Amino acid sequence: MSTQTKRREQGEDAVRLRPETEQRVMELLKRYPVAEAALIPVLHLVQDELDWLPVAALDRVAELLSLPRVRVYGVVSFYSMFRREKAGRFRLEICTNLSCSLMGATHLSEHLCQKLGLRPGQTTADGLFTVEEVECLGACGCAPVMLVNGEFHENLDPAKLDELLDALRAEAKEGAHHG
Amino acid sequence: MAEEKVLSARFLKKDSHRLQGYVKDGGYEGWKKALSLTPEQVIERVKAASLRGRGGAGFPAGMKWSFVPKTVNKPKYLCVNADEGEPGTFKDRYIMELDPHALIEGAAIACFAIGAAVAYIYVRGEFKKSIARLEQAIAEAREAGFLGMNILGSGVSVEMWVHPGAGAYICGEETALIESNEGHRGMPRIKPPFPAVVGLFGGPTVVNNVETLSYVPHILNRGAEWFNAMGPEKNGGTKLFGVSGHVKRPGLYELPMGTRLSSILYDTCGGIRKDRKLKAVIPGGSSTPVLTADEIDVAMDFDSLAKIGSMLGSGGIIVLDETTCVVRAAARLAHFYAHESCGQCTPCREGVAWVSRVLERIEGGKGREEDLPLLLSICDNIQGHTICPLGDACAMPIRAFVQKFRAEFEAHVREACCTMGPYVTGWGR
Repeated sequence: MSTQTKRREQGEDAVRLRPETEQRVMELLKRYPVAEAALIPVLHLVQDELDWLPVAALDRVAELLSLPRVRVYGVVSFYSMFRREKAGRFRLEICTNLSCSLMGATHLSEHLCQKLGLRPGQTTADGLFTVEEVECLGACGCAPVMLVNGEFHENLDPAKLDELLDALRAEAKEGAHHG
Repeated sequence: MAEEKVLSARFLKKDSHRLQGYVKDGGYEGWKKALSLTPEQVIERVKAASLRGRGGAGFPAGMKWSFVPKTVNKPKYLCVNADEGEPGTFKDRYIMELDPHALIEGAAIACFAIGAAVAYIYVRGEFKKSIARLEQAIAEAREAGFLGMNILGSGVSVEMWVHPGAGAYICGEETALIESNEGHRGMPRIKPPFPAVVGLFGGPTVVNNVETLSYVPHILNRGAEWFNAMGPEKNGGTKLFGVSGHVKRPGLYELPMGTRLSSILYDTCGGIRKDRKLKAVIPGGSSTPVLTADEIDVAMDFDSLAKIGSMLGSGGIIVLDETTCVVRAAARLAHFYAHESCGQCTPCREGVAWVSRVLERIEGGKGREEDLPLLLSICDNIQGHTICPLGDACAMPIRAFVQKFRAEFEAHVREACCTMGPYVTGWGR
């Protein structure tokens, strides 16, 4: 792998954020008496734009907020929603905490992993799906629950899961046609 | 018992999250009333209502407000704790998605009472819809003059912002929440000083739960007497109970404080699914000590549950039927706490992870005879020895599981396997 490709893969190439994003950052800063308080909302904004947080993006955030880079790295590593690695196009985050497991979430997760041929934490070879087992999502009355790119899907069972996967695959194909 | 609706009364209405309908239903009248009183009078009215913190601790809300010093020259803040993440709890999300103005109105009143000009609603990052609805509702309220500068000509100004979390259970602890709101890792602070004295950005700060604040407009409108009449002494009002697990009709129910747990399970929720036998109930979110099937004839309020050694907590009721392996359940919860420990205090960081490993090995058929006393001893060495209650939140329920279901734990060790069925199918389907 060339040094250049490696740098890009590891997210070390300089990041240029959309002007709208940088504008939003400036608005967020007005909500707080100190700039660093805006760090978590700003990181969300940047992740929403890039899909993950390459190191160059963290450096840009540090610059925007006039913070030492280590402050940004430290916060990013603490919170589970910040992704330091690229995920697949569809992130499937299935809750396996108690209420969901009582309603079959561990079986559902196994079913999902078997169908996609991976283990929790992995991404399919075609880059479409990443599966994660996550902690309580706060929707226990509609267990089992899974987030698909952050959207809640509730009262799941294997049949509904199969349907959902088909729909997502169709969506990806549709996107490829137009895209 | 009939469902008494206060907070959930508007949940099923069309566009319940929009300002227009909220105002038509009498919304922001409590805020207007508050603005016609002095902050002290507002605090007195909320104090007269026995409104206790719905986040889990049950601390009287009015009392909490009164701890904010009046003579300090630093900016004061309200933080709304909307970091709902206690396993089994799913109530605040409903309020934020379906009646966000109720929370905003309650928060505005709280700001006035404590003299805060700014409130941050700290919403767990996964709740995208809650965040969007709150932001829309705040913009509507600002537009209508209920928030912003010189509200309704009163000279009072209140600004309100949503602050998203980013996936950390610990940030539901009030000082960790403040740290996170300041842009730091969510590590709890040593108390004292308490947030009421030194909180957000060094200013006096009150942290209140979403459900707690949403009662406040109703208390101002309808009075403390009305509120207190709905529950037992010192446990006023209704409560949002979230029921999950093995009942026929899981879901969110608003019932008077003090409703019997047995009635919630068998009347409200239609009984145990497939008419199986009940094995255990976690009454108030994963941190509260488990109850056996013989203990469910209890009133669901802070004091009644404390009397039998458990807690009302957040009111998140998790129901386990006879096919459930309690060792597996305990192991799953310990795994959660080990995952969520911030790592600051050794007894929690090491102890909770240790508890998790011991429970995994018992469930996996590799338990040792000395493991049960070991579990209890680790729990004793965690509880009370940490900065925040996360360690306690693991130690208390695990101790209850081991003590109340000791025979099942012992059988796991003796038989060297899960006695409720093979490892992964031990959940009871």
